[in-house]
Amino acid sequence: MALDNTYLEYPLRRYGMDHDRYQWSLLAQRPPVQWPSGKKLALWVNVSLQFFPLNAQGKPFKAPGSMTMPYPDLRHFTLRDYGNRVGVFRLLKVFDRLGIRPTFAVNADLATRTPYLMRLLRERGYEIIAHGWNMDTLHHGGMNPGQEDDLIRRSLDVLQQTFERNITGWLSPARSESAQTPDLLTAHGIRYFCDWVNDDMPYAFRTANGPLVAMPLPTELEDVFILMNNLHTEESYMQQIMDAADFLLAEAEAQGGRMLGLSLHAWMIGQPHRIGYLERALEYIMSKSEVWMPENARELATYGPWAMEKP
Amino acid sequence: MQDDLHLYEYWPYHRRPKIVWPDGARLALWIAPNIEFYELNPPDNPYRKAWPHPYPAVAGYSIRDYGNRVGHMRLMQVLDRYGVRGSVSLSVALCNHHPEIIEMCAERQWEFFSHGIYNTRYTYGMSEDQERAMILDSIQSIRRHTGQECAGYLAPALSHSEHTLDLFAEAGGLYTCDLFHDDQPTPVRVRSGKPFISIPYSLEMNDTIAYVVQKVEPRRYGQMLRDNFDRLYEEGAESGTVMCIPLHNYQVSCPHRLKAFEDALAYILKHPGVWPATGREIAQYYMAHYYDAAVQDLQQKQREDAWL
Repeated sequence: MALDNTYLEYPLRRYGMDHDRYQWSLLAQRPPVQWPSGKKLALWVNVSLQFFPLNAQGKPFKAPGSMTMPYPDLRHFTLRDYGNRVGVFRLLKVFDRLGIRPTFAVNADLATRTPYLMRLLRERGYEIIAHGWNMDTLHHGGMNPGQEDDLIRRSLDVLQQTFERNITGWLSPARSESAQTPDLLTAHGIRYFCDWVNDDMPYAFRTANGPLVAMPLPTELEDVFILMNNLHTEESYMQQIMDAADFLLAEAEAQGGRMLGLSLHAWMIGQPHRIGYLERALEYIMSKSEVWMPENARELATYGPWAMEKP
Repeated sequence: MQDDLHLYEYWPYHRRPKIVWPDGARLALWIAPNIEFYELNPPDNPYRKAWPHPYPAVAGYSIRDYGNRVGHMRLMQVLDRYGVRGSVSLSVALCNHHPEIIEMCAERQWEFFSHGIYNTRYTYGMSEDQERAMILDSIQSIRRHTGQECAGYLAPALSHSEHTLDLFAEAGGLYTCDLFHDDQPTPVRVRSGKPFISIPYSLEMNDTIAYVVQKVEPRRYGQMLRDNFDRLYEEGAESGTVMCIPLHNYQVSCPHRLKAFEDALAYILKHPGVWPATGREIAQYYMAHYYDAAVQDLQQKQREDAWL
């Protein structure tokens, strides 16, 4: 019994990464970032607004939150729809009260189904991040590049028409990508994306069609991950956000500006028994004078050295 | 396949020869940061998939990269604050990919032990020669990049063969972290008959097991560490125990988790009679002072059923 000897060959065992998408660098050794007015921690809150098809195929895998029961899984379909009908309005109240300017990552398929909600978001002037077509249309390895190109074009067309503006941010459904996704995104005018969770600060990402900024939107601190995947209590979710903010603020004192990207889902955190814990965590963060609330994610993506650097 | 590799004897936890650690310490504490490199596109292994999703597995790959880019420095700074040296469970390809990290650990006199070449290259399916070549590569890489003689082994991604420990002992290794059968060092039987031991490396206290498998809350992880310590510390008065905290820079060093670990570490270190050591130091001390007595005790108990 033996493996093919190529299993003991390591052609990419070299300095830096085993791919060419970005430079290897230690966060702690980068030049300190200065936020406006000497602030220490930029807060970025993103709400994902999603459509989970009832007839989910789960190819090549089911997105977290997708259907799990035999068709028709009305249980999960309606629980997800709840976020777009009820949960999001609860979130808007919290944001209004605390002066938070969120971004919304929107499935294009949802935009066609909820024109009222879309008009409301447009009138409020929120930045929209393209969130692909829907939660059962994943970008993934092995998919045909032409098909993926069409998918991105179609998603962006719908969202740009709905919101009557250019969209420059992208979040892949379930953060799933094919090998060519970043190249196709820049070809369609995307300037920053939020799929990679390898940093706590933005950094420059190389694509075949020009640079892209990778924005940190950690999964480990996401509502769905903590509450649905880990089954932690709401109280613990709140504590974890506060602890993260305290930690990053302390690190910012020593190393320069940091950011906290908070990823929310209207169907998860928008439930009546959960929203209060998010509200208290956000209240805590917003009470700190060192916290900076940028205009939107685009401002963060174009603010620092990552926007100018060659990846 | 065998029903038991017979790597060690049954050796009950009570009435063993008493262990006392240096300066009368009752508990040896070692912190084992796993510093790993997972490949974005590793070759297929017929027995185990590296990633659950088709290439490119962005989610799994990028959070592990986070550990090296962001998490490592945070954890190192915590250990610096408490004057604790890490014992690095090293994917040795990291010497090539991220030599800055290796240099910083070496400057601090941290220990490096082998955790294979990449954490995406598994032992499964390797011939004995292939596994030997992989182990020798890892030992030579550690020597070349750090000047250290590799004393310990934790198989890459805990992937083993029937001969893993035999091969590592023959390559000059002193201890294994692959066995979870005890809270004290124990002799391990290898085919060469060389003195070779197991040093406790707790899967239960492993941050990845706690956070990813058990999905515990950060503050509960801190409490588990304290509870684990309290009991081993109490028992250590009777005969010295070993507490190991295996860590991963992509888990423990997240902003919402690191303080829970730091608070637990501070709690542990404020107790007298705790010996903060490295895996090699524990292994060498045990070899020098207790190995012979352990082997003798074991032999006698096998012969006479003396514990009954």
